Amino acid sequence: MVAEPSLLSVKGLCFERDDILVIDSVCLDLSDGEILQIEGPNGSGKTTLLRLLISALAPTHGDIYYRGARLSECRFEYLSNLLFLGHQSAVKMTLTPEENLNWMTGYSTTSEELLAALDSVQLTGYADVPCYRLSAGQQRRVALARLLISSAKIWFLDEPFAALDNQGVKLIEACMQGHLDVGGSVVLSTHQPIAMNAVRHYSLVDQSSQGVN
Amino acid sequence: MNWNWFYRMGSPRWFYESTSRWLPWLGILTFVLLAVGLVWGLAFAPQDAKQGNSFRIIYLHVPASFLALAGYFLMATAGAIGLIWKMKLSYMVMKCAAPLGAVLTFLALFTGAVWGKPTWGSYWVWDARVTSMLILLFLYMGVLALQYAFDSKDVGNKASAILALVGTVNIPIIYKSVDWWFTLHQPATISFTEAPSMHPDMFQPLLVMILGFYCFYAVALILSVRVEILNRERKTGWVRNLVKQSTDKSLGAEL
Amino acid sequence: MAYNMGFWAFLRRDLQLINRRRGEVASPLIFFIMAATFVPLGITPDSELLKNIAPGIIWVMALLATLLSADSLFASDYHDGSLEQMIISPQLLVMPVLGKVTAHWLTTGLPLTLASPVLGLLLSLPTAGYLPMMAGLAVGTGCLSLLAALGAALTVSLQKGGLLLTLIVMPLYMPVIIFGSATAQYSIQGLAWGGPLAVLGAMLAIAIALCPLAIASVLRLTTIN
Repeated sequence: MVAEPSLLSVKGLCFERDDILVIDSVCLDLSDGEILQIEGPNGSGKTTLLRLLISALAPTHGDIYYRGARLSECRFEYLSNLLFLGHQSAVKMTLTPEENLNWMTGYSTTSEELLAALDSVQLTGYADVPCYRLSAGQQRRVALARLLISSAKIWFLDEPFAALDNQGVKLIEACMQGHLDVGGSVVLSTHQPIAMNAVRHYSLVDQSSQGVN
Repeated sequence: MNWNWFYRMGSPRWFYESTSRWLPWLGILTFVLLAVGLVWGLAFAPQDAKQGNSFRIIYLHVPASFLALAGYFLMATAGAIGLIWKMKLSYMVMKCAAPLGAVLTFLALFTGAVWGKPTWGSYWVWDARVTSMLILLFLYMGVLALQYAFDSKDVGNKASAILALVGTVNIPIIYKSVDWWFTLHQPATISFTEAPSMHPDMFQPLLVMILGFYCFYAVALILSVRVEILNRERKTGWVRNLVKQSTDKSLGAEL
Repeated sequence: MAYNMGFWAFLRRDLQLINRRRGEVASPLIFFIMAATFVPLGITPDSELLKNIAPGIIWVMALLATLLSADSLFASDYHDGSLEQMIISPQLLVMPVLGKVTAHWLTTGLPLTLASPVLGLLLSLPTAGYLPMMAGLAVGTGCLSLLAALGAALTVSLQKGGLLLTLIVMPLYMPVIIFGSATAQYSIQGLAWGGPLAVLGAMLAIAIALCPLAIASVLRLTTIN
């Protein structure tokens, strides 16, 4: 019986910038329904690693495999199946949350779906308020709503808990759990402990993978 | 086909060590060519019928213009090689070719102005070639400014390489446009930079000067690149050995 | 998935964004008209002299106005992370880029073209020059927008990018202004003005084909590093 290739597999990934080796021989594995937390102090390269994983940066050495196929051969499928939420939420301030979600999903979602997503992140009634009138936490939630609408398999979240209060943190954790329950996977970088089950860790400091906690 | 020689050329150390062997000879050749060309052109070539002695400035002006343009293409090619094969040495060559080319363009413009005053009565005329040279200077300045604008050297190199390539595509368009523009506006009776049909006695020293300038460019570029290599690789073993050897030598000389 | 999916989405989005900030659209236009007023004040109000230089002045002002608005093409997207999202989306990056540049042209180049008769009036442009001037501007400002986008992409991550943008883009603008101005001048002199216009059209075709590719690779380079 042939083992099914894991969802995402990274072998010997290296990244060099300005003669400094920022990422050195990273090896990772991610399966369906798993959540992987990338740990490390500030400046250890968490954001760089995430960007390498979403192929926004090209590695100097090493390979990333999506379902067994090398990334360069299946870029379109891979990129169609991932979602990235970075430090900046890509929320345009002069547009309303509904308009923002509209362009983020390529104008292909119906209004009801958009409003339902905004309801799930507790932004009911703010659908036509320009985003510059919302608080930072509310603006982050607009980006979260996008996560809920999308059908992407893998979520890559860079410091998702930043600038959120306890309620917001619980909201994200609930969203992530919902995603994991339907077989999706999450890769996130944060130094906060996550109050969820079965979180795998990868530490950039000593490059060790720890199992489930 | 075996491309090893190409990849070997990308090694900064190989470049440094092999140029150490033949650069002094090239330097001597440059000096000889330039000395012969200058003396011959400035002192011994016959006077021009119309312009008298002032035409002699072409012995500096024409080679400088040739090299200004050739230098841009060299810079763009080095950038392209760096982008495609990710060769660091190539980026170093591009980086060093930029200021060198810019200075040569300025020299061409300056000598052109010096030539213009006695010949046509003013330091600056908006004719096709002069205008094209000026635009070339702006292109160079753009690449230079872009190189040093970024914090990350890698990004700066790649961005300048792309800009140099965009400029290369544009140079024929620009030159042709300016040519056309000039025929649109110039009064038909006067033609400014039409080179006088040259007597061989005037032409031969010009050839010598052109060759001399090409060699000079090569020497200057290689020297620049060597310094850049030493700077970049200053933490590696072979550079440290080099420094140690030369310090030992100079200390030995003192004692 | 259609290849041009990103184009319409970003065209629509950018038009929506510009609509929210209508004042920004007006500034290049107002600059265009006011700066042209400086010419008679600074040089001469004599219409005999003005009509010779009118096409050139209008073109120079159009060029400067486009450069003014070029900075903001990618700036806000860079700062709020939308550019990052554009880069990692599975579609071709040239499509969103073309969409954004088209939106920029619709809100800069097109208004300039439509406002140029006003300047023609102020600068004593001969009657024969109006239509060729507008035709030339319509085509030429497309080139100007594409080249300005290239400069904007190269300088998007820099602090004081504006001046550097101007330096980079100016040499590339020279052929456009040569042929653009010639379109009107030919007509004023009684020659057939289809020639320079055709050359402008060819430049636009090359620019549409090549600039988005260059812009996409520059954006990948400078946005994420």
